[in-house]
Amino acid sequence: MVTEHDVQHIAELADVGINKDELGTFTSQFNAILDYFDTLDTVKGNMAAKSELFNVLREDEVEPSLPQDDVLKNAPFKEDGFIKAPRVM
Amino acid sequence: MAGEVAFSPDDKYNAFLTTCKKAPHGSGKLAGVAIAVKDNISTKGIETTCASKILKGYVPPYDAHVVGLLKAAGAAIVGKTNMDEFGMGTTTENSAFGPTLNPCDTSRVPGGSSGGSAAAVAAGMVRMALGTDTGGSIRCPAAFCGIVGLKPSYGRVSRYGLIAYSNSLEQIGPLGKTVTDVSALMGVIAGYDRHDSTSQDKPCDHTPKAEIKGLKIGIPDEYFGKGVDNQVAAVVKKAIGRLEELGATTVPCSIPSMQYALAAYYVTCTCEASSNLARFDGVRYGPAPDTKKSWHDAYQEVRGLAFGTEVRRRIMLGTFALSSGYYGRYYAKAQVARENVRADFNRIFKDVDVIAGPTMPTIAFRLKEKTDPLSMYLADILTVPANLAGIPSISVPCGKANGMPVGLQIMGRMFEDERVMDVAYAYEQAVV
Repeated sequence: MVTEHDVQHIAELADVGINKDELGTFTSQFNAILDYFDTLDTVKGNMAAKSELFNVLREDEVEPSLPQDDVLKNAPFKEDGFIKAPRVM
Repeated sequence: MAGEVAFSPDDKYNAFLTTCKKAPHGSGKLAGVAIAVKDNISTKGIETTCASKILKGYVPPYDAHVVGLLKAAGAAIVGKTNMDEFGMGTTTENSAFGPTLNPCDTSRVPGGSSGGSAAAVAAGMVRMALGTDTGGSIRCPAAFCGIVGLKPSYGRVSRYGLIAYSNSLEQIGPLGKTVTDVSALMGVIAGYDRHDSTSQDKPCDHTPKAEIKGLKIGIPDEYFGKGVDNQVAAVVKKAIGRLEELGATTVPCSIPSMQYALAAYYVTCTCEASSNLARFDGVRYGPAPDTKKSWHDAYQEVRGLAFGTEVRRRIMLGTFALSSGYYGRYYAKAQVARENVRADFNRIFKDVDVIAGPTMPTIAFRLKEKTDPLSMYLADILTVPANLAGIPSISVPCGKANGMPVGLQIMGRMFEDERVMDVAYAYEQAVV
């Protein structure tokens, strides 16, 4: 059972920005969905080591990439070839 | 460039988000063929929004690998199709730019999330389209609109340039009116790509064959049980009977892990979504954040306004399921469940060649019929097992219930996409 306070906290962690008037609906829907997820409590077994899984890595070598102008094209705020973001401090 | 395809359709179904009035094409296997591309697949120079306000105006600086392959084969990319925002939905009603209507009955949804692609093909606006399938998003709209759609085996089609929602589940795949068209499009898009670390070196060079004598078909109890509409089940059983007349034999089977497969699917996809969609903050693309505000405030403002309700719900569910104290209960359990689904399929495929059942438990819903998220999720119960296991699965039209199309779903062993296409082709050829 999650409360409106929990949902508000999750929304802040995820930076999704929910309104006060959405909180009640989100909370009741959340609880219905989490109740349904309880069926996972019946899952038996453990993750066996999957020997066929392996990492796909390459050497960290510089390769041709997109031109800087193209990459910056969609950014709303730019300065001297950098992207401007909201302040962190 | 070999020529141009003029494309100004009367899009009364809202299938397209963007159309290209004059689409250039080259020469090759698909020379001059008009192809629609789902709007979560990057197209250089053509706006790509994932049907979300957060990507309104975003013009990719590069092509997805599959789009490059289409162009190299001579196809004309004539437009970008509507979808549920970021692929999150089963009706295409979750698009920020209005729902797509089902060409078979405009009071009904086309299915989702690749609803625009399916409607464009069903209405005859394009011969073929690309969709993506995370939990049924190609097969569901194919079934609801009465066309053919293939979810390829995981890894056969590169995901490079697909705007990710749930990486471990989703595949790009073809939709078309016939199995032959679907097979031709699959032939162009399948194969190895070094830019996708899960890519397999398994190209698809195949002409469908209708020969299914001696084929063993598994019929899982769960696909005809509770929640499956009786009329839909009857239509699909009749279609399977047709396959028997063509020389196939059927064997009853059971997928016990189905009892928690849907929960495992929704935990997995929401967890992956919460991480994937963290990149949408308006800084590199999308609506500009207020740079004078602190980053949490600025991002919450942008994401609260520009993400739809279902997207925010799934991001929050995933954030919750991955949070400290809950990880073991949800995500870890879902991965064990997923292994159990794989194990069930592996066991069944020792005895049978393919598994058949309905694609969807019902016919297409009416617009606004499903308002509760959980009841919407439950509609995916028959399609998610193939995504959890990574196996190929096709939906082929097999008749009607209540005047609406019904899809026959055929699932196959890992990397046996050719075989599921052959079985669908055998059925299709027998009923034309």
